Order: sequence, then structure tokens, then C-alpha cells
Amino acid sequence: MPPSGEPLTAEAVGAPAAPTAPDRARHPLLRYLAVRLGISVLLVWGVTLVTFVLTNLVPADPVAAVLGDAAAADPEVVAQFREELGLDRSLPAQYLLYLQRLVHLDLGTSAQTRRPVLDDLRDAVPATVELALFVLVISVVVGVGIGILAALRHRRFADDVVRVVSLVGISAPTFWLALIVFYVGFFRLGWFPGSGRLDTQLVPPPQVTGFMTVDSLLAGQTATFVNALGHLLLPGLVLTLYTVGLLARFSRSAVLDVLNQEYVTAARAKGLPSRVVTFRYVLRGALLPILTVVGLSFGSLLSGAVLTETVFVWHGLGQYAYQAATRLDLQAVMGVGLVVGITYIAINFVVDLLYAVIDPRVRRQ
Amino acid sequence: MTTVSTPVLPRARRRVPESLRSPLTAVGVVVAAVWLLVVVLGPLLQPDDPLAQSPDRLAPISAAHWFGTDSLGRDVLSRVIAGARISIPLSLLLVALSASVGSLLGAVAGLLGGVVDEVVMRVADLVLAFPTIILAMVIAAALGPSLTNAVIAMLVVTWPQYARVTRSLVLGARDREFVVAGRLLGIGWFTSLRRDVVPNVVGPVFALTTLDFGNAILLLSGLSFLGLGTVPPTPEWGLMVSDGVQNFTAWWVAAFPGLAICSIVLAFNFIGDALRDALDPRMQKAVGSRAL
Repeated sequence: MPPSGEPLTAEAVGAPAAPTAPDRARHPLLRYLAVRLGISVLLVWGVTLVTFVLTNLVPADPVAAVLGDAAAADPEVVAQFREELGLDRSLPAQYLLYLQRLVHLDLGTSAQTRRPVLDDLRDAVPATVELALFVLVISVVVGVGIGILAALRHRRFADDVVRVVSLVGISAPTFWLALIVFYVGFFRLGWFPGSGRLDTQLVPPPQVTGFMTVDSLLAGQTATFVNALGHLLLPGLVLTLYTVGLLARFSRSAVLDVLNQEYVTAARAKGLPSRVVTFRYVLRGALLPILTVVGLSFGSLLSGAVLTETVFVWHGLGQYAYQAATRLDLQAVMGVGLVVGITYIAINFVVDLLYAVIDPRVRRQ
Repeated sequence: MTTVSTPVLPRARRRVPESLRSPLTAVGVVVAAVWLLVVVLGPLLQPDDPLAQSPDRLAPISAAHWFGTDSLGRDVLSRVIAGARISIPLSLLLVALSASVGSLLGAVAGLLGGVVDEVVMRVADLVLAFPTIILAMVIAAALGPSLTNAVIAMLVVTWPQYARVTRSLVLGARDREFVVAGRLLGIGWFTSLRRDVVPNVVGPVFALTTLDFGNAILLLSGLSFLGLGTVPPTPEWGLMVSDGVQNFTAWWVAAFPGLAICSIVLAFNFIGDALRDALDPRMQKAVGSRAL
């Protein structure tokens, strides 16, 4: 039974059709990719199972939550509602129904907005992604940079400073930091715009990408662009502090690990200039674990966004999830869970791909 | 980070490792000790009843109220002190539970292998496929907001990391020469496990719990902040910060409970960092050979 990537193998290298077993061994990269893809697909399936179980096996009664207590007292209305949602069928049947809906991108209807969850998500996701990408770019440059610096200056002053700064970054509760930054930057100093993605008197640009900054540029509205960028700064700062701390810590220990490897000692013993040792041996070796953490930090950004968006009234995934969770709007909560879970899996898959590109050993396994 | 360690020699001469003697560790130990003292003495230190409301609302810092009062006129200092008796024991409990459950599952998976291993690790992968607070939030919301449910939700999201670490440590230790040699010499599998494998697993897992304690506090207060953990009028730190969101002009309402969270998390991270360096022999080597 050839793995799913097999026909592609033959095509890609122009090998004759009907690949044989040794042939498969010669394309470990595609094999690796096929395995990774398979795992990702399994995980996505697992995520749907989790969201399904959580929506259906919970003590909280979705009927009462959606219809309100008055309607929930009327058995006829309840029965009709349960039938609509398929709640009267067996669990496996409900799960199949659920999957069927998912395949058609039907994530149900939000109880609080009375709109399809998919439409709500379509509005919310770009807001969060814009913030997350903004933070990620800055944090990768700064965090990885100071992490590497600390490792290369191990046990010296710079190392201690970076250690303390990064520990403070990951120790401060995001929701509190958001509040402090909001209070100081907006209320006290008035240097930055307050909550939301744009000042209220400004008209949002026509939605193309959903990114406020990009859309305003596309519409040629420079003033709106500047305003949108300003609104990114404070929530961005909060998330950046945390992400920089995270990345600096991991980059530092990744580089320290490599510094300990025998091939680095050997390189130095050969008399290679320290610049060569640092860039070609140490940093190259540390790239893989750092890459993994950058991928992971995107997930932590989504987590941090939940708490930060609540403070800054940033109409993204986090705020949507928070409102949904506190109002027992399970369809919406699970929609967020699905989107975030699948995004996370997709990022890990991309990281796995990059692994194979960077590290020849992965390809040869 | 934490990986397979070299054998721990029983009764070997051990001095206090260098990483444990750094000033940062000392700061961490002192701050943690102060907080533990606050937990023990608790009510004796509170100037006021943390639940007593007064007409003196959102009063700024004064001699009567060192940390000011909140939106219901309650003394913030008393509430911060009372909050220590909620957040700290609860987070300790959570870490203990999640370390026990996770390590046990990880060890069983590593030792038995096969189907058990696959099932446990795939479930762990699944949990790790969600960012922590999102999954905790989803579970807490599904179960309904209460402290017990928040702890259950947190347990569900935190055990996999212990399972992963313990499993890899057990796998690594099981096949090391000295362990194999011991078994070949005829000591029973249980003795081998107890004397050769467990000591190699306990250290790194312990370091992980110290670092994880900070995360537990952050997660618990985060859930409470979102209204999914403790419920008012409990003087829980996260909940107190959320009171400060509505009244952000009265900065003291949120600032002090936030500082409390910050200080204890930072203290445990300082200690945990040092412990990890001390218990992971590879890091010691890194410390010994001054790099570049």
C-alpha cells in the first residue's frame, strides 16, 4: 500500500510509473511530507471530535441558552429546535451530521449575533491576524536577536539582562499589562489612540483583505492608514513584550545547546575564525529549534490576543470568543476553537516542511 | 530544553550548583518565601475584611487604605492578601495534579509502548493542537463558570506536557548502558525502575513543575479575568484586575493584584530556571565551558 504521496513522487522526478519499494526509499522527503500531512489531517479530525464532544456532552443546556428560558419552557418550541439542530438523534449520527455541516462550511448560527458563525469569523479573523502578524514580525527580530546575543555572551552582563527582561516579559499577566499600557499610553500620556481598530469618527476602508492598514492603503486613504497603525501600537506592545520574552528564552537555550555540541568545539579547534563558527556552525544548528518556537509563538499570540483584545475592545477572534464563552454561545465558541486549532495545526505543518528544507537529516531519515 | 540526563549517582558528593547561587535565584526564593508567609499568616495581615463593602468607593491610596479601595469600597490591600490564599494553594494543587496525572500517563506510555503509547500520545498531541487558554476557555465555558470547572479545564490542558517529558525521559533512561547492565546483572525490573530510571526522571519533571507553577497562576487568573474561573465576590487576583478594567482611571484597583501575580510568577520562574540549569547536566556543562 503506497503512501498517498507516491504518484506525485514518480511524476516529480520523471521516474517510470508504478514505483517499487526501493524507489520509495529514494524519496524520503516526499514520504516524510506524506506522513506529516497524514498526521495533520488526523489532528484536524481530532479537533472536530473535541469541539463536537464539548458542544454535545456539556451540562449546560444549549436549548435554554439559545432560546431563552421562556421559550425553553414550551415543549413544542423545544422539540422543533432540537430537531433543527439534530439534537434528537443518536450521538454518532449527530457527529456525522456535524461533519457534514463542517464540510459545507456551516459552523452553525451564533446565539448572540444571530448570524452564521462563519460570517462572524470572517470579520473577526483578519483583525486578530493583522495584530498577530504585526507583533510576530517585530518579536522575531527582537526576541531571536537578543536571545542569540545572550547565549553568545553567556554568563556575562548582557546575558543576565536578557534573562531578566525575558522572564519579566513572560511573567507579567497579559490582561494586566494591557490595562497598564492602556492607562499610561492612552489615558495618562494621551500619546496613543485608545481602544478599537480605528477612531470612531473615521469610516473604515472598503474591505479587501480585512487588514485595516492594508485596506486603507489600497483605498489610498493615508490618514486612515496612519490612524489604523496607531491603533495597532498599544495592543501590539503588550503582545510584543510577552512574545519577545518567549522567543528570547528559547533562542538563548537553543544556541547554548548548540554551543555545547562537539562539532562546534571541533570547528573551533580547527582554528576557524569565531565569526565563521558562530554563523555557519552555531546559528545554523540552532535554526531548527528556533523555528519551532516561532511557530508555537503564533499560537501563544492567539492565546494572548484573547486577553488583550478584551481590554482594547479589538473586534477580533479573542473578543468574539470571550463574548461567546461568557454567554454560553457554544456554536460560536466551537467555531473559534476549530479555526484556532486548525490554524495551529497548519502552522506546525509548515514548520515541519521548513524542517525538511533546512535539515538534510530529516530528508534522509 | 529538558532532555535525557546522565545517570544520577546515588549518594554522590553534591555541592550546591553554581546556577542555584545566583542573585536572581536568591531574589526568587525571598519573594516566594514572603508570599508563602502571607498565605500562612493570611488574615492576621489583613487590615480590613476583604469582603466588607463601604461607601468609600474607588478611594485612592491613603494611610487608611494603603492600596486604595475598589468599586465597592473594599480595601484592595486586604483583598490582595486574601487573594494569595486562593491563587497560590489552588495553583499548587493544580500543578501537583497535572504533574502526577501527566507523568503517570507518560511513564506508562513509555514503559508499555504499543497501543497504549499511541493512544496516550495522540490524545496529548490533540490537546497541544490548541493554544492553552483557548482550549481552557472552551472547556470552562462548556462546563459552566465555576472554580472547580476552571481547575478541571486547566488540568485537561496542562497534563500533556508532563506526559511528553516523562515519556521521553523514561524512554531515554530505559535503554542506557548502566540501566541495561543492571538488568543483565539480574536485578528485578521494579528495582531497576526504582533505582535507575526514576531518579533520572524526577529531577527534570520537578524543574518543570516549578516553571509550570507560574503558568498555572497566570492561567487561573486569566480565566477568572475572563469571568470563567472564580466568581465575585471572591478576592481572586484575576477577578480583581477585571474590576479595574471597568474603572481603569482608578489605577490602583488593577495595579496591585496584577503586581502580586507578576511578583510570584517571576519569583517561581527565577527559581525554576535555576533548578532546570542545575538538574540538567547538559546545562552545567554549558556553564562550565565558557562559550566563545
